[in-house]
Order: sequence, then C-alpha cells, then structure tokens
Amino acid sequence: MAWAQAVALRAGRARFPCRFHHLDNPVHSMPRRDDLQTILVLGSGPIVIGQACEFDYSGSQAVQALRREGYRVVLVNSNPATIMTDTELADATYIEPLTVPYVREVIRKERPDAILPTMGGQTALNLAKALHEEGVLAEFGVELIGAAYDVIERAEDRTLFKRAMEEIGVDMARSGFAHNLVEALDVVEQVGFPAILRPSFTMGGTGGNISYNRDEYEQYIRWALDASPTREVLVEESLIGWKEFELELMRDHMDNVVIICSIENLDPMGVHTGDSITVAPAQTLTDAEYQAMRDEAIAIIRKIGVETGGCNIQFAVCPRTGRRVVIEINPRVSRSSALASKATGFPIAKMAALLAVGFSLDEIPNDITRVTPASFEPVIDYTVVKIPRFTFEKFPGARPVLTTQMKSVGEVMSIGRSFPEAMMKATRSLETGRAGLVPLLAPPGEDGVPADVSSLREFFGDFLRVPGPDRFWYIADALGSGLSVDEVAELTGVDPWFLDQLLQVIELENEIKDWNRVGGHLESPEGQDLLLRAKRFGISDEELGRLLDRSELAVRQARLQAGLRPVYKKVDTCAAEFEAQTPYLYSTWERVDEVEVETSDRRVIILGGGPNRIGQGIEFDYCAVHGVKALREAGYETIMVNCNPETVSTDYDVPDRLYFEPLTFEDVMEIVEREKPTGVILQFGGQTPLKLALPLMRAGVRILGTHPDIIDKVEDRKRFGALIEQLGLQQPPGGTAQQFSEALQVARGVGYPVLVRPSYVLGGRAMQIIHEEDELLEFFEMARAAGGGGNILIDRFLDDAIEVDVDCIGDGEDFVIGGIMQHIEEAGVHSGDSACSLPPYSLAPEVVDTIAQQTVALARALGIVGLMNVQFAVRQGEVFVLEVNPRASRTIPYVSKSIGHPLAKYAARVMVGESLREIGFTTPVVPEHFAVKEAILPFKKFPGVDSLLGPEMKSTGEVMGIDSTFEGAFWRAQIAASNPLPSSGRVFVSVRDRDKAAVVEVARRLVDLGFEIVATRGTGSLLREQGLPVTHVNKVKEGRPHIVDRIINGQIAMVVNTTIGRQAIEDSRSIRRATVERDVPYFTTVAGARAAVGAMHAHSCSRALSVRSIQSYHASMNSD
Amino acid sequence: MVMNERRRALLLLEDATTFPGLAFGHVGERSGEAVFNTSMTGYQEILSDPSYRGQLVTLTSVHVGNYGINANDMESDRVQVAGLVVRSASRRASNFRATRTLEAWLCEHEIPGIMGVDTRAVTRHLRDRGAMMGMIVPDAAPDDIHAALERLKNVPRYEERDYVAECSVPAPRRVLLEETADPYVPLRVTLVGEETPWPERLLELPEVGVLDFGVKYSILRLLAESGFRVTVFPHDTAPETLLARELSGLLLSNGPGDPGRLGGAVERVRSLVGKVPIFGICLGHQILAQAVGGRTFKLKFGHRGPNQPVRVEATGRVQITSQNHGYTVELGETAQINERVEPVEVTHVNLNDRTVEGFALPTLRAFGLQHHPEAGPGPHDASEAFLDFRKVVMASRVL
Repeated sequence: MAWAQAVALRAGRARFPCRFHHLDNPVHSMPRRDDLQTILVLGSGPIVIGQACEFDYSGSQAVQALRREGYRVVLVNSNPATIMTDTELADATYIEPLTVPYVREVIRKERPDAILPTMGGQTALNLAKALHEEGVLAEFGVELIGAAYDVIERAEDRTLFKRAMEEIGVDMARSGFAHNLVEALDVVEQVGFPAILRPSFTMGGTGGNISYNRDEYEQYIRWALDASPTREVLVEESLIGWKEFELELMRDHMDNVVIICSIENLDPMGVHTGDSITVAPAQTLTDAEYQAMRDEAIAIIRKIGVETGGCNIQFAVCPRTGRRVVIEINPRVSRSSALASKATGFPIAKMAALLAVGFSLDEIPNDITRVTPASFEPVIDYTVVKIPRFTFEKFPGARPVLTTQMKSVGEVMSIGRSFPEAMMKATRSLETGRAGLVPLLAPPGEDGVPADVSSLREFFGDFLRVPGPDRFWYIADALGSGLSVDEVAELTGVDPWFLDQLLQVIELENEIKDWNRVGGHLESPEGQDLLLRAKRFGISDEELGRLLDRSELAVRQARLQAGLRPVYKKVDTCAAEFEAQTPYLYSTWERVDEVEVETSDRRVIILGGGPNRIGQGIEFDYCAVHGVKALREAGYETIMVNCNPETVSTDYDVPDRLYFEPLTFEDVMEIVEREKPTGVILQFGGQTPLKLALPLMRAGVRILGTHPDIIDKVEDRKRFGALIEQLGLQQPPGGTAQQFSEALQVARGVGYPVLVRPSYVLGGRAMQIIHEEDELLEFFEMARAAGGGGNILIDRFLDDAIEVDVDCIGDGEDFVIGGIMQHIEEAGVHSGDSACSLPPYSLAPEVVDTIAQQTVALARALGIVGLMNVQFAVRQGEVFVLEVNPRASRTIPYVSKSIGHPLAKYAARVMVGESLREIGFTTPVVPEHFAVKEAILPFKKFPGVDSLLGPEMKSTGEVMGIDSTFEGAFWRAQIAASNPLPSSGRVFVSVRDRDKAAVVEVARRLVDLGFEIVATRGTGSLLREQGLPVTHVNKVKEGRPHIVDRIINGQIAMVVNTTIGRQAIEDSRSIRRATVERDVPYFTTVAGARAAVGAMHAHSCSRALSVRSIQSYHASMNSD
Repeated sequence: MVMNERRRALLLLEDATTFPGLAFGHVGERSGEAVFNTSMTGYQEILSDPSYRGQLVTLTSVHVGNYGINANDMESDRVQVAGLVVRSASRRASNFRATRTLEAWLCEHEIPGIMGVDTRAVTRHLRDRGAMMGMIVPDAAPDDIHAALERLKNVPRYEERDYVAECSVPAPRRVLLEETADPYVPLRVTLVGEETPWPERLLELPEVGVLDFGVKYSILRLLAESGFRVTVFPHDTAPETLLARELSGLLLSNGPGDPGRLGGAVERVRSLVGKVPIFGICLGHQILAQAVGGRTFKLKFGHRGPNQPVRVEATGRVQITSQNHGYTVELGETAQINERVEPVEVTHVNLNDRTVEGFALPTLRAFGLQHHPEAGPGPHDASEAFLDFRKVVMASRVL
C-alpha cells in the first residue's frame, strides 16, 4: 500500500519549476544494463506491401539510440536502400539475407550479447523466433531483448492469444482455428458468414480475406492455409461495420505503461488498418469508453508479457451497443507506431530501444519538452489524418477492393487544426491528381435538383458499400448529391461524425460555387470571408480554382492580395502545456504563428518524395536524408518538407526544421516565402518534387543543382534527339505522336516491336512493348481514356539487348561515374524490376568504357550539377542511349553502398557550390567485389494478376547480395529476396523459339548439377536432340496432369519459361501464377536463368557460408 | 450555413488580449478565470465538475462535442464552468450513449461558449503569462473592447470569491447507486435526503462521510463501490457533528476556488485529524495540508489534463493521472498535531514539476492526493487509492 509503506523521502519542499534531470531519481532506478556490450539489431529486409520504410525509421532510431548509450551495435538488413545500413550508423553492418543460416553466421562472428528483434517488423520477429527454435540463441548465449520468445508466441499464435485473453476476461470475436479444409468447414459452422480468414504468422494480412459464401470460403481458405508458415488459419466472426481503433502503448521494466496515441479508423472493420483512412486522436469515444479500452490494453500488454518497448493493440467497437473486442496485438514497433510517433512527436522506436536496455520511462526525458519525463501520455491539439496510397492501376486484373489483406503501397499523413483541414491536406498530399473533393461520379439528378433518395441509394449503393481506394471520394459525391449523413453512414459503416464534418466542407464548397455563379467577386469582403473559411477547412488554391472556374494562380493572387496566409504551429506532445524545443511544424489557418524565422544566408530547403508508391520508394527518402545530413555537416540550416509518415526524412531529429506538409506548389511556396532559403533542392525526392521544378522556378524560387530546364530538355523528344545527335551518340529510332495516325506512321517507320509511353512518367507507368498495330490502337485509346494529355513517345524496342544503368555525379565542371550496373533481365523489363550487377558481370571492357564516356559526355552537355542517371541498351556491342534522368535515381543507395561513397551527400554539397575536387571524388570506383540488386515483386498480394515482367515497374522494393563473385552475390540476392535457388529437384523448361538455342546451355548445366529437366513438347524435343535427358510434361491445354498440377503438388523446384505473343503469354499465365503462390523460383528470361544456374553451380562447389560487413568491404577498397 | 449564421464573439483576457470566435451555446457575456485543459476525451465530465466553477475553460483538443452528452457521465447535476472556449464544436452528436448535443446542453444550462478560437494561442498565452481573468463577449465590435475590459476589471477576481458554498450540499445526503442500462456506467450516483432509509444491504457497511466542497460523482461512486455506506455533509458541518456520527472515515472532497480562503474548513479539519481516518482529494488535500501545517500557493497556470505523471514513492512506479488544480501545497517535514510532532511523508511526486502530489501522516491515518484517483475524466491508474483508503479504514475499525 502506497501510503502506509511510504518511504521517508524528503522531497517535501516543492521545487518548482525544476529542470528535469534523470539522475534526480531516488533509490528505484535501474540504470542501463552494463551486462550487455554488443547488441544485434535485425532490420526488416526489402520493402514489401505491409512492411515499408517505417522500419528504416524505427531501426535507424534504435541503432543510434543504442550507440549513444555506448553499446556496440551490429545490424543485419538485406535492404541497401535504407539509412540504417549506412556505414556510419552501426558499428558493423551486414547487408545479408535475413535467414537463420546467414544471421547465425553473423552471430558466430560478432558474438552479440543480445538481439533486439522488435525494430524490424514481422520479418525480424519471425527470424528471432526461428533463431530460438533452431537453437542458435542457446548455442551462442544470446538473449532476446524487447520481446522474449514466449511473448512473441503468445502475441502471434492465435490459440495462445485467445487463451490469454480469456484468462483476463477480454472479449474477442467468435472464432476457431483450422489447419485443413475439413477443420475449416467445421469452424465456419460455428462462426457463420460472412467469415474473416486470418492466417497465423503473416504480415500485412497476407492470405487474409472475407468470405460471404461457402464457395468463396473454400477458395480463400486454401490461399490462407498456404500463406501461413504454420498452415494455420483463424476463422472469425465478421465484425464488418464495427468501428476500429488502435492504441500505441509503451511499457518499461518497472511495469509503467503509457498510451502514446489513440487512432480511429475512418473505414470500419473489414478493411486492413494499413488500407484504412485513419485519424488521431480517436474522435468518437466518450471518456468512459476510451478509458475502458485503455484499461483493457494495459491488461493485455501485461498478460502477453511485453516486458519493455512499444506495442500496438487493435480493437473493434460495435457502434450500436458499445461492445468492444480485441483484434490483435503487435509486440513490436509497427507502421502504426511510426504513424503515432509522427502524429504525436513521441519517438516510440527510440524510446523502445532505451527501455530494452534497462531504462525506465521516467528516466528518459521527453525529446520535445526536454524538461518533463517520457513517462506521460502525449496529448495533441490538432487532428492527424493518414490516407493510404494505392497502385491498383499497376496490376490489371486485380480487383480494386479493400479487404483484410493489405494492398496499399504507401501512405500520407497530414496535420491540421480540424479534421476537415487535415483531411483536405491529406488528399492533396496523395498526388493522385485530386487536390480535394474532386467529383468522380456523376449521380442522377438535374443540375441543382437532387434525385430522390431511392435512386441515389441505388446509384451509390455499391460504390459506398464495397470499400475501395476511391471510396472516400464516392462518399463526398454521395453527400454532395443529397444523400444524408445517416444514409451514407448506413451504407459505408463510416461514423456519422466524420461524415458530418465532410458534409460541412461540401456545404461550404456549394456555397462558394453558388456565390461564384451569381458573380461574386473574390476581392469583395464577402469573397475574402469565403476564402478564409475555405482555407480554414483546408481547401487548396487549386480546388478553389476548380470551384471558382479560375486558375490556381489567380486564386493564389487574390488570396495574397487579401493577406490570407497560413500560420505555422508546433507538434509538441503536450498541447502547448510546455514549451517545445523541437522544430516540428505544420501549417494551419489560425491567427497566431508561433514560429519566428530568422534570416539566414545558409539555409536550404530539401523536398522529400511524398507517399511511397511503386516506382518511387524508400530510395528517394534515403537520398533526401543524405542531402539533409550533408548540408547540416557543411554548416547549412536544413529544412525538410515531406508528408510521408513512414520515412526517416520526417524524423524531426534529421533536419533543422521539419515541415510536415503536402508537396504541392501552394504548400511549398508558403514555406519558401517565409524561410527565404538560399535555394531549394528538388532532385532527391524523385518525381514528386521534380514536378514542382518549373512552377517554382517561374515563381522566382532558386532551384539548386542542375537547371530545371534540363528536365524539359531530356523529356522533350526533339530537344533530346538534337542533343544525342550533337554528341554523336545513338538512340533507338523513334518519334512522338499526339494522334493515332501519327503514331502508326512513327511505328511503321521504326519497325515493330515498339516501346510506347506517355511523356513524364516514372516507374514506367503505362509503358508497353507493342508488337502489332492492333495493340498500338488499344494502347492509344487507353492512354487517352486515362486522361493523359501531352505526347506519346514511340521507340523501336531493342529486343535481346542488355540494359545498363549508370549513375553519375557532376559539379558542372567535372563528371564522375558513380556506378555502372548491368541488368540481368534483357531490355524490356523495367530497370526497377530487373536484377542487376555492379560492376557489370559479362560486358566487354570496351563496351563499359564506351558507356562511361557517353555518360560523361551527356553530363557535360547537360551541365549536370548533382546526380544524373542514364539508361543504355547494348546490342551486339552497339551502345544506345535509352533515357536520361537529371536527378537522383532509385539505384543511388545501392551504388553508394557498393562503392563505399555516399553519392547523394556529395551531390548535395556540389549543389551548394563545392566541387568534386574539393570533396575528393574525382575518379570512378570499380569495386573488386560484386553487388547484385534484386527486385521484390508483390504478386502474391494480388491474386489473379499476371506476374510477367515488362516495361511497367511492379516491384515494391529491393535487396542486395554482396560477395567476391557475381555468382555468390546473385545467390545471396535470391535468398534475400525469399526466392532461394534450389540445389536439387526438377526444373521445368519451356521457352519461345528465339530462346531455344540459348536455353540448351542452361539446361546442360542443370543436368550437370543433378537436376531433372521437365519440358513440354517443343522445348523437350530440342533438348533431347542435344542429348539431354528430358521428362515430358503436358502443357495446360494438353490434358491433366499438366505442368500447373505438378507445380501445385510441389514437384517442380524451379521454372524457366519465356514467352512471346499474346496467346503464349495468356497460355503460360497459370504457370506463373502457380509459381508465385508456391514460392517456386521462376525466370521469364533466359538471361535470368543463366545467371541463376551460374549461381547454383558456384554454390554447389562452394566453400562454407560466410558473411562480411559492409564496413569491411569498404575498408579493403580504400586500402587498395 | 450554420457557421455563417453564428454571431461573432470574443474571448477577452484581463491583459487586453483578445481571441475572436463565434458564439455557441448560450449567448451572453460571462467572466471567469481563464484556464486550459488538455484532455482529449471527457468534456462532459469536465464541464460538470464543480471544481471548474468560476472558470472559463479552454479545451486544447480541437474537436469538442463529437459524442454528444449522455445521461451518465455527469460529475454533478449541472454544467459548472462559467464558459467554454473551443476550436471546433460538433453540430452532430455521434455515439450510442448520446442523448443530445453539447450545444443544446449548454443552452439549457445557459452557459456561453465560444468556438472557432485559436485555442492553441490561448493556451500558449496562459502558459506564458499565467492564469488570468477573462470574459466571453458576444457581438463585440473593436470599440466595445475597452468597455468590456472595464466590466471585466470590476467583477470579483477568482481568488476573491467563495465558490465552495455554491457547490456544497445544503444538508446531509445519502449516496445511492442506481443501476443503468449503460454498459460503461452500470451504476449511477443519486443523492437522497436522510429521511430516505438506507437499503438493507448497505447497513452492514462501514459509513464514510464526505465533506462536500464541490464533490464529483465519480468520487462518490468509487467510494460506494469500494464497500462503504457514504453520506455527503455540507462543507461547514461542525467537527462535533461528524464525530458524533461515529464515521469510519472521512473524505475531504475536491472543489473550486483558492484553498487559502478556506481557513474555517482548515480549522475544522485540524480538529478531526487523528480522530478519524481522513482522505483528502485535490481541494480536500490542500485543506488537509494546511491543517497539518503546510501552506498552499498558486501555480502559474495549474495542472489540468489527463496525462500528469506521478511517481509513487513507495514503489518508484509512475501513474498517469487526471488533474485539475490551480494551487498546490508545500509541506514541512513534520507537523505539530495535538502537542505531538508527527512525521509528514511525501508519498507522491509530480514528475513534470516535482510538486507534491500526495502526502501522508501514517500515524494519524491522514492522507492526501492532489490528483484525481477517481479520474472522471482521465486514466484509472491511481484508482487503487480508494482501496488503500478502505484498508486504512478497516484496519482502524479493528483497533
């Protein structure tokens, strides 16, 4: 009892105010653990759907926090495009596969005392579990800190979790486990339809689904069983329509528990939380409800036994009865904890790392106030909205329907002083071309006269009922067309509070339109009042332009004339109760600006990359962070602008000032005008900031680095062609077309196949290889329907060419090659999806020299200041320039880690006027080791989608394998990509005619390695003619059992299947799909197969498995 | 639209700072001490908490009114605050427990509110300059501000008014718990006169008295749920009267106003210390502290919110507590009680500013907590205090 046993502490004299100091603590404190010296941190591997750069954010924070406390930190992560794998972060960094054998080897070598497995997502947690189960931890006496083995088990194993919840009286949905179809049918009897399927031990809800009937159920349960590594699926009562909440908790070894953030999902249960629009703090719970949830969450974290660190618990609440059930717990930092950290300013991962080594929450100062302890619960005086970013357009054939399996590839967050303001800011942060509530549907009803409710209900029914990526906009359309909040709430399950807030925006928009229609003047007092009210709701200038039939610039002009500007406020964890030390800012339309900006002549704004999407991911965040770091080191004040909560760049510790803002012209200009920087850097953030180059330049903003006009020069067909000609280089013949007739002419001129794409694209969006005129017509119609104005670019496609990527840096005078990468897949596969090798593994030295010379010539001609990426194709020794990008490319982190030089940092310094000579980077570095990058593809998340690679990028991330040989590096890269090459078994070979000659060599080596070759008739007879033993297998059309049956039955260890022509592609689709679902390595190019077989051969006669740190690779290069 | 039809209003502070907004709730001029509360949930509890009497409460949370007002989350029988200052007031109440909107409730109780205010700027102002008097002024044109400021200067200051008498029960009341259909508040407090007989099942229980300085229903409910028969007494009940009732324990309640004004209450409590187990909460704690020789002083802007970290000195553990106080206590290491020198132990410390959060005179069975163990609103971390009190009371009965 607290009082009766009260210690005679003489703290009686109130000391106020008193600066916080953690040594000011009496007897209870347990300081940092001195029994640990070396700590191994596990990263999360490649970016995949469900596991993105939030784990780079958390891992980097953890590594830095532990080192600051004096620990030796060892890191393993296969993803080179991370800040955490920068050599200066950990003491020893291994870019190696996150598998038991490789990590065991790291442990054997580095002898860590403990492993921190809670920073690397589900990947790290599963790996830690496997390391325990396979006895590695016991063998080397390594302790798991942050989450013990049994905690992971209790949290992740549904049976154990359910039992634990029953023991503490926490309600859960009705459910049962199934390990096979028979059990599954039994369970669904109890649970009823609709039933939710949740496979055990998967992340991002892989294999999860909702089934409404028995047929669907039987299909989905198979997927779910396959997705679970333990073949276990939880079948659950549907809570569709219930409200969903998340709490982010922290616990220390003293059993202090605090809630960092509450998050309410706008989308009700049934949509994966990663795919839901979410809002912080929770908005629709009374204190009684919230505290009951809080009490339960604390009981759960204690029961599960998460000893120290962060933890995320999800709840569902029935809106009609208030019944609350717990959904799941993640005993680690997560995407939500990254969001919660950014939403509150409380750095969960950093704190979790400190708690794991023995600190208690009251011993750690709050990062932001610095005078109060971390043992408190953040309160926020703004609203945070997160909206996921989807890329269904990349996966034709995938239904754009949201389920319990996550499908989004990124997200944006925004901060405003009201839900509508934050929501409107988030919509424009998404960069989907909708700067607000742009109507998507044309509902029935005459202009101004709404249709009757029943026809509106019918019209909107499925749009509202079925959750999809655009549902929020459909909701706005429905409310705008007169459907009531209650009707929409009933159809969507979205809480009426959110809908009513949205309705207020719509009402104002209508008022603005009506006012405009009757000829209101923006300059009048009434107009200015309307403008201000609109801005307070977060409506952008662009959206206002749409409502007022004016250009964005005209609205901006009127707004500035009226003196209407946003103010900036701080994110401070405490709702202004204490003074904030940390400059983490957001714009809002209030009266008082609380941030004074002093003038400075050494200040640079760096624009981040916005939401992750396919084609623009963590690589750009890496570059942006490096830009900030380099300029900070060079004595510049750095300002970061970004809206992606998953990133390191939005860690307020990284720049001098962080503006968590949309990357639009309007939002960026406001910051530029108040900060008055020396200049703005755009070339690190990928396409997002690059799109702003011309508008910003026209507005008089100084863009650092390569002149913005160069972007146009390399994108504009004519200007670029002239440049190529002037330099005496070659490019594939081609032309541009606005009309189909022109396109036809161009294509005939250059000859098929042709590569077509709209101008200004990233990630090969809408890029296609076209073999005949019909396809060209189809493409043209599609591109026009997608609303693509501008030109269509048409090039001769160089089949059978080898593609080469080059990264280069220039200071305007000197130009140095960063790295030359040879693609393993042939030209035609998007460079982001192709594996590649640095240095080139099979190109002739003179070809490499030619490429280097041409790159430098291009850089010189363009006057590159900063980074440039060039793509080449090499065919029969001839070099063609495919594309030039005057900016940081996706490969910069990979190249930097391979050659041991931080190119993005150099580029930032060059952009503020340093020369490459001053930096000391004047000659290209060609390493003696090989680094192979392999792409990670998300096909498993999109059932039914063809996994054939093409010119449109589909990969979400990458891994790197590094070794002294190309084969060794390729082998590691495949393992790291969860696509390990087999060492025995059957290989299915089926290739198009053109590849038949080339495949013989591959097949022969496979036979030599002891593999059995299985082939269809054509390929089979060819191989037999060459004297190779081949077993026949039926094509799918030829009757059963056919090749797909054999793959599904696990009888095929690897597939080599190349195709051409629409029919053959269609025919082989089921083969590719089966390999995706069964994790069978498959190669759709002979070049890929050849590399694989080389690696398999090397492995078969290889030495024992070994690992080597990046620091060691770099050191040996520098000593050369 | 609705926003547009609203009348303008101003929040005027005594240092002449103004914050514009729109009137909501009852439209009228009202003055009080301007304070802020950082809770993100629980506006109904805050607005009905008697401790906020005489105060214009700014809520830092930007959306207020989202889940409406319900029948069971009341901390007294009415709205107690002088006025409410918010960024955004919801026009729609969305919660299965809600029975009406915040605005309708404020209108019914004739409490003015102001919305659309830059509440963060208000909070920073009060944080930097300290709590001060303020006034909600409807329809103020710029020229009116001077006159309004004059009026504000003429109203009695917060420290000069005796709010306790306005809040306290006029005569002893019995606390009964009534069952509800609400899953979140299954038992609701009702107060009945002493003419109503105790229900049979309560007669066995030890009786605890509550000296009512403005007690919250949550305190009464938690006391009753802890296994006590609870009687609420007027704040000025004579010590002899209380002793004559042979109470097993006495709780000194929370309440509004400057504790330094309550000399009478301090004297009465001093004569009770050692004679009955005493538990003071918030204002009750401050009265108890003065009764054992401590003094109170005003904090710059007080502690009002759901997230104040309090270290329990006996265990070293931290509780996240709900707080609402503008004054705090300073204590000596010992207290002179009935000619004996008794040790005073600080049992709880606020980790933000190291002020006293709890103290004990173990030998005299007297304890105080500055924070609110009953929450309402806020976290339940400190609720064990009621069990502790029960243990002390039961141990005393055995003696």
